[in-house]
Amino acid sequence: MPANRFNGFTDYGVGIGLRIPHYRHILSRRPVVDWFEIISENFMIDGGRPLKVLDQILEQYQVVQHGVSMYFGSPERPDREHLRRLKQLVKRTKAPWVTDHLCWGSVDGRYSHDLLPMPYTFEAVRHTAEKICQVRDFLEVPVAVENVSSYAEFHVSEMTEWQFLNEVVEKADCGILLDVNNIYVSSRNHNFDPFEYVNSVPVERVAQIHIAGHSKFEKYILDTHDHPVIDPVWALYDRAIERCGPTATLLEWDANIPSFDEVHNEALKANRYLAKVEAVG
Amino acid sequence: MNLAEIQSRMLDAIMQPLTSGYNTPQRARDGRRMREVAAEIIKPNDRLTSFERLQIYNRQYWYRILDSLEEDFPGLLAIVGRVRFNALAKAYLTDCPSRSFTLRDLGSRLEEWLRAHPKYAAPRTKLALDMVRLEWAEIEAFDAAEPPVLIPDSASDPDPRFTLQPYLRLLELHHPVDDLLVGIKAEMRESEVASNAMAPRARHGRVRKIANRKRRTIFLAVHRQGDSVYFKRMEREAFRMLQALGGGKRLSEAAETAFSEGRVAESGVKKSKIKESDIPALMQDWFENWSSLGWFAQPESAE
Repeated sequence: MPANRFNGFTDYGVGIGLRIPHYRHILSRRPVVDWFEIISENFMIDGGRPLKVLDQILEQYQVVQHGVSMYFGSPERPDREHLRRLKQLVKRTKAPWVTDHLCWGSVDGRYSHDLLPMPYTFEAVRHTAEKICQVRDFLEVPVAVENVSSYAEFHVSEMTEWQFLNEVVEKADCGILLDVNNIYVSSRNHNFDPFEYVNSVPVERVAQIHIAGHSKFEKYILDTHDHPVIDPVWALYDRAIERCGPTATLLEWDANIPSFDEVHNEALKANRYLAKVEAVG
Repeated sequence: MNLAEIQSRMLDAIMQPLTSGYNTPQRARDGRRMREVAAEIIKPNDRLTSFERLQIYNRQYWYRILDSLEEDFPGLLAIVGRVRFNALAKAYLTDCPSRSFTLRDLGSRLEEWLRAHPKYAAPRTKLALDMVRLEWAEIEAFDAAEPPVLIPDSASDPDPRFTLQPYLRLLELHHPVDDLLVGIKAEMRESEVASNAMAPRARHGRVRKIANRKRRTIFLAVHRQGDSVYFKRMEREAFRMLQALGGGKRLSEAAETAFSEGRVAESGVKKSKIKESDIPALMQDWFENWSSLGWFAQPESAE
């Protein structure tokens, strides 16, 4: 199960996001890390330090690209310059698969730089799937889409979020980057059972899993990626890999970033659950 | 309501500027009540109204882009101060929302916008404009391409054209904002490692000192060495020569441009004080220096 056509038939282990505060540690100490995930947009540039660091990382580590602004659900066609730069980066990293979010965030060329939730309609399914296909065909690598955290639901929705995800990935024939923290956050914000979500995911399409921490406010939970992973999210992760098998797993920690070791150790907790699944194997 | 209509209405609502208390305004720009706008699109739940749910996204949008602009323009912030910077940033981003997939480009239209809206930086608009130009040049120099450096060839064209490195930016400024920015960034680094309650006051004093100085033209190259961006002040003639070379002129034409300005002194252009006999040695020094800095790139057609 872990190696499938949506992650380029790879069998990556547990990785972390490549973040600036850790550059010096990684380049000087060369710690053993299964893989790094980069934010594509940070490296879709012409030159300078980011690309030099990336090239040094690529000498030793496996890298997967994670985008934040393709906006598969936005009304416009994919931006040609964006696609060109993304493909150029794929050639550089040789990433076996690329990911971005199942969301929208721009209209008429105005960008929100946010990951806005989709209205779960059949019209949105058709539109989003078509755009995913366009991007995948241009990039010529497998594409997996990530479920986002959300704080709003739309009146027009015709299905649940997980039904929408399933409809889109089936229609686009693409992979899933299953973010179990996002499922937890949305389940608390919208009063649904997160296990029903995890249990409904087509496991053969799961290319990768995200885990992360979040922040709890009085009336809602915000996906802040600034805390360790909490137990209920680990429980969802446990269930996800029980269904999917040992899958490439990535810890996101993007704000109040602690030391490299602290982030990496938090990520490596995933091995407890992976070992259990492998033992059952 | 179809997908495009929902997205358009929601983005309009999210991009509504927050009130001074960082809340979603009660009225949309078209005069409609925001509560109605939100209720038409977004479902309430047992804890939050439609309006409150919209407000989460409205705040996130503004917090993100205001933080990003502040990170890119700390010098401008020091010049106009926190309160006026917030007003300036809000007005700029309302008029010029991001049109790029990357937040890196957020300030790309700031100079142009500030020229059209000088009141946001008054009475220090000219100082602020110099700083905006410098800070944007720094952003561009940081991640611009660096094609292979030109290798001098003795058999080459005696009157060549040169390709400047794409990271090289040439700025004609009227205030020493390079010194100011270097000082501000040093203070920021210090305050990161230690509680530094004096930093804002020191910054204010530094800005006042520079703002009060008599204006004089500064010719500045913003360039990259290794991974870092540097500022290098230049003589006027050297600056003009690089500008001319960057504009595609041949060496002889560029030299003519750089040293002949004085001949039109009556039109207000400052006359070059360099003696004609000193020019060959001076040019040799400049070119050696520029070559050692790697500022000349191989032309694209060269193998």
